[in-house]
Amino acid sequence: MTNPETALLSARGISKQFAGIEVLSDVDLDLMPGEIHALVGENGAGKSTFAKILAGVYRPTRGSLSLNDQHVDITSPIVAQKLGVTLIHQEPISFPDLSVAENLVLGRLNSAPLARIPWQKITRDAQALMALLGVSIDVTKPMRGLSIADQQMVEIARSLASNSRLIIMDEPTAPLTPKEVATLFVIARRLRDEGRTIIFISHRLEEVRALCDRVTVFRDGHKVATERTANLSDSDIIRLMIGRPLKEYMHKQGSIIGEVALKLTNLTLPGKFHDISLAVKKGEIVGLGGLVGAGRTDVAQAIFGIAPAASGAIEVNGKLVKINSPTDAIAHGLAFVPEDRAQSGIFRTLAVEQNITAAIAKRIAPAMFISRFLERRFAQDSVAKLRIRLASLRQPIGELSGGNQQKAILARWLLTDPSILILDEPTRGIDIGVKAEFYDMIGELAAGGRAILLISSELPELLALCDRVLVMSEGRLTADIPRREATQELIMQAAVPRSTHQGVAA
Amino acid sequence: MKSLGTTFLRREAGIVVMIVLFCLVVGAVKPQFLTLNSLRIIFLLVPLIMIGAMGQMLVIVARHVDLSIGSILGLTAMASGMMFRFHPEIWWQLGFALSIGSGALLGLFNGLLITLFRLPAIIVTLGTLNLYRGITFIMSDAKQIDRQYVPTALKEMSQDSPIFGIPWIIFMSFGIATLTYWFSMHTRIGREVFALGSNPTAAPLRGINVSKVTLTVFTISGALSGLAGIMYASRWGFVNPSNTGNGFEFQVIAAVVIGGVSINGGLGTALGTVLGVLLLGCVAAALPLLGIPGTTQNAIYGAVILVALLIDRLVRKQGQRQNVARAAA
Amino acid sequence: MSNVENPALAPSREVAAPRPAWRIFLIRPETMTLALLILGVFAGSQLSEFFLDINYILKSFTLYAEFAIVALVLTMVIIAGEIDLSAASNMALSACVFAYAQQTGAPLPISIAIGLSAGLFMGLFNAFIIIGLKLPSIIVTIGTLTLYRGLAQIIAGDKSIRVPESFIGINNVFIGGIPAPVIIFIILSIVLGLVLGTTIFGRQIYLIGTNEVAARHAGVRSKSIKIILFATLGLTSAFAGLLTASRLGSVRYDLGLGGELQMVLMAMLGGTYIFGGRGTILGTFLAAWLLVIVTTGMIVANWLPAYQLCVLGVLLIISIIATNFIYSRTER
Repeated sequence: MTNPETALLSARGISKQFAGIEVLSDVDLDLMPGEIHALVGENGAGKSTFAKILAGVYRPTRGSLSLNDQHVDITSPIVAQKLGVTLIHQEPISFPDLSVAENLVLGRLNSAPLARIPWQKITRDAQALMALLGVSIDVTKPMRGLSIADQQMVEIARSLASNSRLIIMDEPTAPLTPKEVATLFVIARRLRDEGRTIIFISHRLEEVRALCDRVTVFRDGHKVATERTANLSDSDIIRLMIGRPLKEYMHKQGSIIGEVALKLTNLTLPGKFHDISLAVKKGEIVGLGGLVGAGRTDVAQAIFGIAPAASGAIEVNGKLVKINSPTDAIAHGLAFVPEDRAQSGIFRTLAVEQNITAAIAKRIAPAMFISRFLERRFAQDSVAKLRIRLASLRQPIGELSGGNQQKAILARWLLTDPSILILDEPTRGIDIGVKAEFYDMIGELAAGGRAILLISSELPELLALCDRVLVMSEGRLTADIPRREATQELIMQAAVPRSTHQGVAA
Repeated sequence: MKSLGTTFLRREAGIVVMIVLFCLVVGAVKPQFLTLNSLRIIFLLVPLIMIGAMGQMLVIVARHVDLSIGSILGLTAMASGMMFRFHPEIWWQLGFALSIGSGALLGLFNGLLITLFRLPAIIVTLGTLNLYRGITFIMSDAKQIDRQYVPTALKEMSQDSPIFGIPWIIFMSFGIATLTYWFSMHTRIGREVFALGSNPTAAPLRGINVSKVTLTVFTISGALSGLAGIMYASRWGFVNPSNTGNGFEFQVIAAVVIGGVSINGGLGTALGTVLGVLLLGCVAAALPLLGIPGTTQNAIYGAVILVALLIDRLVRKQGQRQNVARAAA
Repeated sequence: MSNVENPALAPSREVAAPRPAWRIFLIRPETMTLALLILGVFAGSQLSEFFLDINYILKSFTLYAEFAIVALVLTMVIIAGEIDLSAASNMALSACVFAYAQQTGAPLPISIAIGLSAGLFMGLFNAFIIIGLKLPSIIVTIGTLTLYRGLAQIIAGDKSIRVPESFIGINNVFIGGIPAPVIIFIILSIVLGLVLGTTIFGRQIYLIGTNEVAARHAGVRSKSIKIILFATLGLTSAFAGLLTASRLGSVRYDLGLGGELQMVLMAMLGGTYIFGGRGTILGTFLAAWLLVIVTTGMIVANWLPAYQLCVLGVLLIISIIATNFIYSRTER
């Protein structure tokens, strides 16, 4: 089936490293003309990285690409476009103040800088493209105000206008309604029938089954299988996605689970999450699983007062509390290690010690004035306790590795002596060795009587650490699985959205 | 382009309504405001601001700001003034080339500092504002170019023309506005200015040369301030090293933002800016009639900038709300 | 500089060797400012023996002390990631309000209180628009720069308003041989230096300027802190406006005209990072003296005031290029 003679695009030995961590290893893949090819895998399995390499967003560390048997170097998105490769992002790139028609031609006008732009022709061409796609978008309107689905259509139209032969759609259906998904599929099939190749990245197996001819499964940066979709059952695909041997992590030592520390009742923020009710007890680690975009981070941010919920109640240690800002949350003994370390965690240019003591203003400055002695002692203790590797406490934290930065953030929050700790993807982008250290630490924290809510997209992590695993999908809780019953399959099944079934069957 | 037209016309219609209402209210109090003569006064007040505003509009659309235009105006006016004074034998029309050319160079210098060193435009142009003003003093030896040195033919351009006696500088300012409209709507580089301002991070992904576009807008802004410089000499008949162009930047920024150019970049039209300039012109012409001293002008410019910022924010908020509503529907 | 390197814990490639203390000291922008200051004094002393006369320098400093005082607070505002270009206009309007109040018969202390509260109000107004309405401080303060100066013009017209005799001459009050405005500047430098460098409030200013999102996550009340900073800047500007009025003996709407350049320049020259998060009061303190030395040097050398404008403009641009360069080198 994979005959290199006829492949549109062949990848050989594609590998990619970020900061020394290999996220993609030796991927070989042949994409045929006139097929819709699904890429599936857990979050972080490498499928999006692979797609971005094809589209020129990243350069591979090793490996080569050939297009119609010609070796190609896709050095930038512009080169990719010239070669006929288009990547459609989940949230499409757009120039909101410019019209749809103009967004379609931007970057493809090769006329002299001051030559007159043929607006009439551009508008007519754009309308023709929209008619071809069978969508009714007024191309003279500005992009601002178009729905995400329409913006995706514009991107697709754009790829047609530049006559792309390979169109990569990165989780295009996540923000769409079932009806919009159906329209997208009709168009995707039509493009395939014209002989174009489409890469379809999705978590929704039903969609993969309904649309795609072949499916490639990624796991831990490796390609594990490429098969005709018809030859694989859903459970086959799930098994391939998670099929790594379950590593035996240090399980937490039987900590005593006490009374409820954190209780949410019907927490709702329209558009983000609905009716979230859960409880975390002292000494308990509760996992929160689900796919990216399921609303887990939004719930965490609501609990911590960064983006408070619109309705619902939060109880801390049995008392109803009002949390409107992180300051309130900290006062109630909460701590939150955010997912996006660079954006919401570290103070890149400031010293490690200042980063570690950022949340304990009162403790390092009992009388307004910062005690250098206390500051250093707290920082030094943390560095020793969490085994943070550094050259000097006065080193800017930006110079440390990701794992050590994350330890410093954790140290910051441990210094506030929280009774409830929310960890959002605490081991993302961290070396495997340091990960194990984190697992030990999280276990010890729970053993010390803290309540821990652990958001993670890594199923083995959830299974190894958590007393219970809750699963969210599309803003709602869909499962509450006790430790002994939890399996990767069960979690995955609860995480995959179900609401779009009817729309897909077409 | 019809498309952009329909979306923005609402904002422009709003300014027209404001102009009409303002004129009617003032006219009700002082009927002489609604005469041809006061129209002439208004139209003689606005040409310099209009030309400066066209350049500033492009700069703000590209998400920058140029504070140095008043000093560029002063320097370029002085350059031509000195040519008139010390080399009266040179063909006076060359003053235009001199002012526009030197203005373009000064603007290019701003642009180079901003693109080469990745500095914020506001600080760079705050620096060059003073630098250019200082150079003006130095080259003029702090001496004013008096009326007798400015060629009569140049001064007459602000008085008269063969066409209905409408002064040349009015034609020129509207000509520049038309050219700016053309540039911003119908040329590739003009559209790239809007694309850059609309989404600076995505612009390079679409093959837009950000440095080139930035240099272009600052050079245009400088060149147009140079044109405004020689027109200053024409309009007022003298060039003073300290007064000429002083505070020009605030009038221009006020006109541009009231004309609907968003400080968040990407949005703005030449027509809106023209209307913004005319509204300011009406206000300035009405003040003396209403017996309000001219000293209130600066406060009005300041208030206008703040009010325009608030409107801009309201419009944006409403747009977001509509989007949310549409997404929910 | 303590060095907590533990050989058992630091075998990894990812951990950089610690920089020696002398290098950390040398690549600080304040060190550059200090070096330039010494160079300036040396060059000046070659130019004229006046420069070795400390009294002459102190007297010259009184001309710039008002801007320098405001620049100290502005430094904190810039470190917090904002900017305020309206401070010089605030000085003028506060002074005009003060002068107007006492002209209409208010007793001197009341007039002073009115002038100061006007400045405080202007600072709060800036804060309201920038923080309350979430508009960018750069463009907002261009607006209020024009507005405040314009209001001053409305109050004072084109005339000067005299201030009472008893109020005139703060610059001729000497305490231990040092003019009072200079004393005020030095005291304020020490106080603000301590606030910024040693208190939790100061630390949180750096946190906000480095990464406001992370600061809020860490429980820093960034909005309140920024409001306090803008309000303090407003009050300090008013105070500086009154000092200027006392020195000049009369108030005009163009008091302190163009002062925003000097203030921003002092902050930039002292190594404050235009994008926030870095800078010290010490740097601005040194930069103020440097600026005085430079301008005084130009006066002594009989340069036209115009050259000073050029030099200040060029200095501003060079100082941000240099500061950006130094910081980009220290960050890896």
